[in-house]
Amino acid sequence: MISTRELTKDFVVSRTETVHAVRGISLDVEPGELVAVLGPNGAGKTTTLRMLTTLITPTAGTATVAGYDVTEHPSQVRRRIGYVGQGNGAGHNQRAGDELIGQGVIYGLDRRAARRRTAELLDALELTELARRKVSELSGGQRRRLDVAMGLVHAPSLLFLDEPSTGLDPQNRANLWDHILRMREQYAMTIVLTTHYLDEADSMAERVVVVDNGQVIADDTAEALKTKLAGDRLALTVAPSNLSRLAELAGKLPGAKEVVAVGDEVSVRVADGPAALPELITAAQQNGVPVAAAQVHRPTLDDVFLNLTGRSLREDNSNGKAAA
Amino acid sequence: MTILTVPTVDLAVDQQPRRNFARDVRIVMARELKPVLRDPFSLLFGMIQPLVFLGLFGPLLSGSMGGSLGGNVWQWFVPAILVMTTLFGTSTTGANLLFEFQTGAHERMLVTPLSRSSLLIGRALKEMVPLFGQAIIVIAVMTPFAFDLHVGGALVGLALLAVFGVGLGSFSYALAIAVRKQDWMFWMVQQTFLFPLMILSGMLLPLESGPGWMKVAAKFNPLSYVVDAERTLFSGDVFSSPVLWGGIAAVVTAVLGLTVGIRAMLRSAD
Repeated sequence: MISTRELTKDFVVSRTETVHAVRGISLDVEPGELVAVLGPNGAGKTTTLRMLTTLITPTAGTATVAGYDVTEHPSQVRRRIGYVGQGNGAGHNQRAGDELIGQGVIYGLDRRAARRRTAELLDALELTELARRKVSELSGGQRRRLDVAMGLVHAPSLLFLDEPSTGLDPQNRANLWDHILRMREQYAMTIVLTTHYLDEADSMAERVVVVDNGQVIADDTAEALKTKLAGDRLALTVAPSNLSRLAELAGKLPGAKEVVAVGDEVSVRVADGPAALPELITAAQQNGVPVAAAQVHRPTLDDVFLNLTGRSLREDNSNGKAAA
Repeated sequence: MTILTVPTVDLAVDQQPRRNFARDVRIVMARELKPVLRDPFSLLFGMIQPLVFLGLFGPLLSGSMGGSLGGNVWQWFVPAILVMTTLFGTSTTGANLLFEFQTGAHERMLVTPLSRSSLLIGRALKEMVPLFGQAIIVIAVMTPFAFDLHVGGALVGLALLAVFGVGLGSFSYALAIAVRKQDWMFWMVQQTFLFPLMILSGMLLPLESGPGWMKVAAKFNPLSYVVDAERTLFSGDVFSSPVLWGGIAAVVTAVLGLTVGIRAMLRSAD
């Protein structure tokens, strides 16, 4: 569905300054995949998406989207993709229903078909009552659902979503995602989205592409990324007198890292926490160390990012420049 | 939970019609007109604006200039009001595009299969619709009083204004695209050009009474040729040299405006 090779974008800011927004991204997305591109602000997520959606032309490298090269046949690409940008696709001065019908006509429907399609989408996204409302009068969540509807008018086989849920409260985010996932099932769509919400990438995407500084630094399922690049953390509570004995045992676990023993708690990072925990408890009992309490902490994608870059995604928003 | 409807529209890409430029332009134009038609109040106020100016400025002009203009002040002033309406309407229209840059609607349109040039031309042509409405109202209101209507000349006059207006509108869009990252610049630049153009066209006050350098400057102002042509046309004289010069000025403005505007539109996603 998507195939890029060494995709690169430089922005010439001034005679002396060039921003290398995207530095050679090679990525393949198969039909039906749901891929999240995760990274801090300014990582190159949006720039990559804008190249794939024909909004900007790559400085170097190639990208084939829905079977066509983005530079050579942009209009063929545009017919086949849906795009929900960071802003609102529907004009604020327009009525919600008018914009949906208009979008249908743009993609070649006659007015009757466009009207029918609009009614279906309004119903599916729970917007029917708002069809005659001006877009500027809708709430943030309603407007975002309308944006998604706009992107789906022509039932594209590939949908791009640029930070779809930024600025929405948790309830509206969950609601938007319900709609997106149902639409995906119905149309067998391939979805590529960018996000800087860790939990969103974690829970929604089947594949997470971590981007930093214009490059792909990791690409796998969220589970695999966490297992391979961060690992689980076990935390066991014991009597302080047994602390060092337990720490020693923890260190003997296969692949054990970062053994920390403080107060009455020993923590250790391992690849597979649920398997390692009973093993460690059994070993402790055999060595006469009674374990009072035990926990497995699953890693987050932030742990993954931290391990990869030495920086936390959460802290990055303050020093990151705005996404280009 | 809503039960999902099964899609009844088959949107196989190969069934999408071949792109047709005229169709694209119509789509863009129709979209731009929608909010105007949906809001009768703004439409009404927009329509009577030229009348307000005519009613307030006309009597002053009549009082202070009546003698020097040689004859009917309204015959001199009504065509100028129509040019002024075009000038204000089309030179400010870039602000609409600027707004759609900010909200994201323009970006959405850029990802659709609409051709880039139709995005500009459709928008520029849209401005002609309220303009014609305003012109008809002004003429309808003034004709019973002191205005002598020559239908043939008036129609050619409106066509000329449409050509000029498309050019000016395109420049306005090009300006909007150029300053989209510092949007306050739009009004600064627009005002800086608007008033010299207007005053140096002899639109509101005759330049004959001004100093020589103003008359020379007016020679380089395309708008002054358009104003002269409109006055000639509305007096019923179609085949004359002011009309020819006005036509040339309008066509040159349109060609330059569209060239600059379409070039800007092609790069507007960067």
